[in-house]
Amino acid sequence: MNAQELQRAVKRLADEIAQRAKAGGAARDVAIVGIRRGGVHLAERIRAELARSLGAEPPLGTLDIALYRDDLSERGAAPIIGPTDIRFPVAGKLIVLVDDVLYTGRTVRAALDELVDFGRPRRVWLAVLVDRGGRELPIAADFVGARLQVADEDVVEVQLTEGGAREDAVVVKRRGT
Amino acid sequence: MIGRHKHCIALADYSREEILEVLDLAVSMKEVLQRPIKKVPSLRGKSVVNLFFEASTRTRSSFEIAAKVLSADALNWTSASSSVTKGETLIDTARNLEAMRPDVLVIRHSAGGAPQLVAEHVGCAVVSAGDGAHEHPSQGLLDCFTLREKLGTLEGKTVAIVGDISHSRVARSDIHAMTKLGARVRLCGPPTMMPAGVEALGATVHYQLREAVEGVDAVVMLRIQHERIGDPLIPGTREYSKLWGLNAKKAAEWLRPQCVILHPGPINRGVELSPEVADGPQSVILDQVQNGVAVRMAILYLLAGGNPADAGEAKA
Repeated sequence: MNAQELQRAVKRLADEIAQRAKAGGAARDVAIVGIRRGGVHLAERIRAELARSLGAEPPLGTLDIALYRDDLSERGAAPIIGPTDIRFPVAGKLIVLVDDVLYTGRTVRAALDELVDFGRPRRVWLAVLVDRGGRELPIAADFVGARLQVADEDVVEVQLTEGGAREDAVVVKRRGT
Repeated sequence: MIGRHKHCIALADYSREEILEVLDLAVSMKEVLQRPIKKVPSLRGKSVVNLFFEASTRTRSSFEIAAKVLSADALNWTSASSSVTKGETLIDTARNLEAMRPDVLVIRHSAGGAPQLVAEHVGCAVVSAGDGAHEHPSQGLLDCFTLREKLGTLEGKTVAIVGDISHSRVARSDIHAMTKLGARVRLCGPPTMMPAGVEALGATVHYQLREAVEGVDAVVMLRIQHERIGDPLIPGTREYSKLWGLNAKKAAEWLRPQCVILHPGPINRGVELSPEVADGPQSVILDQVQNGVAVRMAILYLLAGGNPADAGEAKA
């Protein structure tokens, strides 16, 4: 996916979210939460688009799921933990969880667990830029930018300029290269 | 693992990077403590045994809360109500507790070196909660965490540590950690309480309080232990307080306005610190207590989380 396609996909994601939120009469309750690290910049972009279509800027937060992982004892060194930052009340909100790539579903599971520890959202939607399949848990996204068929040993990387990339792109790499 | 360490026993053995690893992680841990639900599942199913051979409220509760916020099970074991009174040796006690398969043993003991001895005989991670006059690593780390929070960095800052340096494990851990993080450390106290050759640790020695605290960015006031008072080291609390205690007048005249005051607790009010200073705007003593939980969470998380034997790459 090149820069132009990526930006179009983000715009389409935001439009679909706005449409469905308006249809449900919940446009004013929308809040965006990016899952660290891949989802954070994406969440910022979706929020900027939503601000235009909803007429108001929805609150933005970030979740770091490291403390909620289910593979701590299977991993080597303990993972690095970044900040979780949710400064708005979650209760009653329509939370749009944002991540770059949806794969096993374990990150989303952890994010949901962490999110509900902040309060009881009215509804949670999941928006991802890329769904690469390979789910290990019964989790599905509500909004998908693109679906990719890739082999298990492939790594799907979303590169954004905010993250230091020269230009926006989605690239598929063979693991270890 | 903290860097290359399986245990947390002495900051003398820790590198600057290893100290920073704990302090950086503690920032995220502190955020967890501000949440409406102060609990994360990261150490679910792990257990932490607090093995205390010496009285302690703050440190033991702090480790206990830290374990519980991370969802580990915490068991408190104090020597007063244990088989130590029946003559069991330290190593036997530790081995028996280890047979119950804890992931971390937190030990406080009046003998310096006790946690190291235990670490050599058990398989789980050992954290020292203070051993004799040796070290109190989690206190040293939380003092540095508090100073980073208040001063931004320790690089180029000056810290005065005042009190009974000879008997203070807090002083030793502070000196090691603070100098590694780039601070200059001044030590001050009665000559009878200043260990010979302490300059070798990279600190300067002073006997006049004024000379030690003027112009510094932070002062750590140590607790004068009651059992030392009246023995030949110091004649009495009044003299100590007059020469090495900090009251509002001295603080106003000698300290920079932005200088922060730390104390590891429990405070002897009116001896090393007057109540106005202990509760005053420069005091960060209660911040230290809260930061202590965050720092101990970071230590437990790093030592109990993850198994170095089978490192694997995470999937999204």
